[in-house]
Amino acid sequence: MKLYNLTISKAREAISKGEVSPSELVNAIFKRIEDVEEKIKAYVTLTKVRAIEEAKQRGIDIKKGIKKELAGIPLAIKDNICTEGVRTTCSSRILENFIPPYESTVTRRLKEEGYILIGKTNLDEFAMGSSTENSAFGATKNPWDISRIPGGSSGGSASAVASGECIAALGSDTGGSIRQPAALCGVVGLKPTYGSVSRYGLVAFASSLDQIGPITKDVRDSAILLNIISGHDPLDSTSAPISVPDFESVLGKDIKGIKIGIPKEYFIEGMDKEVESSVMNAVKRLEDIGAIPVNITLPHTDYAVATYYILASSEASSNLARYDGVKYGFRAEGKDLMDMYMKTRAKGFGTEVKRRIMLGTYALSAGYYEAYYGKAQHVRTLIKRDFEKVFETVDIIITPTTPTPAFKIGEKVDDPLQMYLSDIFTISVNLAGIPAISIPCGFSSQNLPIGMQIIGRHFNEETILKVAYAYEQSTEWHLRKPDL
Amino acid sequence: MKIEHIAMLARLELTEEENRLFSKQIDNILKYIEKLNEIDTMDIEPTSHVLSMKNVFREDNVVQSLPKDMALQNAPDKTDNFYRVPKIIE
Repeated sequence: MKLYNLTISKAREAISKGEVSPSELVNAIFKRIEDVEEKIKAYVTLTKVRAIEEAKQRGIDIKKGIKKELAGIPLAIKDNICTEGVRTTCSSRILENFIPPYESTVTRRLKEEGYILIGKTNLDEFAMGSSTENSAFGATKNPWDISRIPGGSSGGSASAVASGECIAALGSDTGGSIRQPAALCGVVGLKPTYGSVSRYGLVAFASSLDQIGPITKDVRDSAILLNIISGHDPLDSTSAPISVPDFESVLGKDIKGIKIGIPKEYFIEGMDKEVESSVMNAVKRLEDIGAIPVNITLPHTDYAVATYYILASSEASSNLARYDGVKYGFRAEGKDLMDMYMKTRAKGFGTEVKRRIMLGTYALSAGYYEAYYGKAQHVRTLIKRDFEKVFETVDIIITPTTPTPAFKIGEKVDDPLQMYLSDIFTISVNLAGIPAISIPCGFSSQNLPIGMQIIGRHFNEETILKVAYAYEQSTEWHLRKPDL
Repeated sequence: MKIEHIAMLARLELTEEENRLFSKQIDNILKYIEKLNEIDTMDIEPTSHVLSMKNVFREDNVVQSLPKDMALQNAPDKTDNFYRVPKIIE
């Protein structure tokens, strides 16, 4: 077993038995990065010097008998999550030199458990995109086929986990940005319930949809990280004041009698046949181990993408107003204040970000607010109700995570609408604020990973983790590694 | 849609090329979004936030805030304890 392929649970075990030291593990990761990063381009910033120093300290702590959940475990963090003293760019020119003066709540919690930061991973600028091609610092590649996109916007995190450039990572998910890249890179990605993980220190894109979550090599690691990052935080007023169960303790429990909803709107004409058959085979496998599939309908599914792009772009246009060249970030010269604003934002933002700011500004402008933003908020209620109704009779819902496996780099960059439609299966979950996980469920004939999405009720991550784990234990998809 | 007006509201100086491209693309996206009008939402409440929490207050206690030097550390231009911006008044 190569050290860089270890999961958190296996690395933790090896460290606690004294078989591996944190320094050896960190060195193995940086050796792997040296070997493959040039091809993959998963990272915006590497924190090697600091990581090596911290690994030594963790080794000393362990010898002293100090016990921590992630002592010496090397993780990568998406570059829209603030890390004190470490450049956080959002893959944008406008934040190219931004060094956060504070730590996000999620990374503070990881730090308290002794994790080691390997680096900050690439994303579509400000998390706007589905392919990680919209980064100001270049596109990330899919480790299964480097002519293809890794998905996005957390493409750097998913790609780094899949290629062994870290043990696990954090991403953020506004419309599928954790689950879609996890599916396309053959790893596990979990979007928690809105409000269960603090967004303090996550650079805001669409505040009513954004949520941080883990991207990992298996389901157990997802539960381990979720245990650490979830829970109420007074620094985020949308953080829910509820107690956190031990997510790891539900793994391995029986799934007999669990009712799985199969929504007909997610198995549509023209979708990829291999994706469809892989997901249906996975449902059969779950049926073999005791689950009960039920046909259901989510009638407003077809309106989710339109609703999402109005709400997300509107919220983004408001959130991104803060980048004005005054308090932080890039500033362009201008003849007066207004001219400085206009030029700073013109030069600092990339094309997709400008397009969404324009769309959002229009949707919120006088005379159009009710027709667009107002209308979308009403339709959002209907999408949310679809799920509430279905969850009266089923425990979970299973769908494909994406309509196709990873597409080619450049294939959809000129057609924003086609790019938006690649998120068709993940977006509704954000609009409803419910949790969902994507896990590997097969490979295409071209050896590209296929992901299955398991959706649960509000604050019921336990059930989706339990089912995901039961499926994972009965297959070996998650053990396949790309040949790099 | 007057693209120049929207760009002004968004404080974005767009090139001719961007004006043309965004007009076409946003038009296209808006056409797609019009499908929302197929649904009657007359009696439907809007959802601005998925959780039922409203007006989250805390005790009004003074706690430590970000020190001035750290708040200014990322500023592109500053003087003493202030951010510096180009001239506003003629």
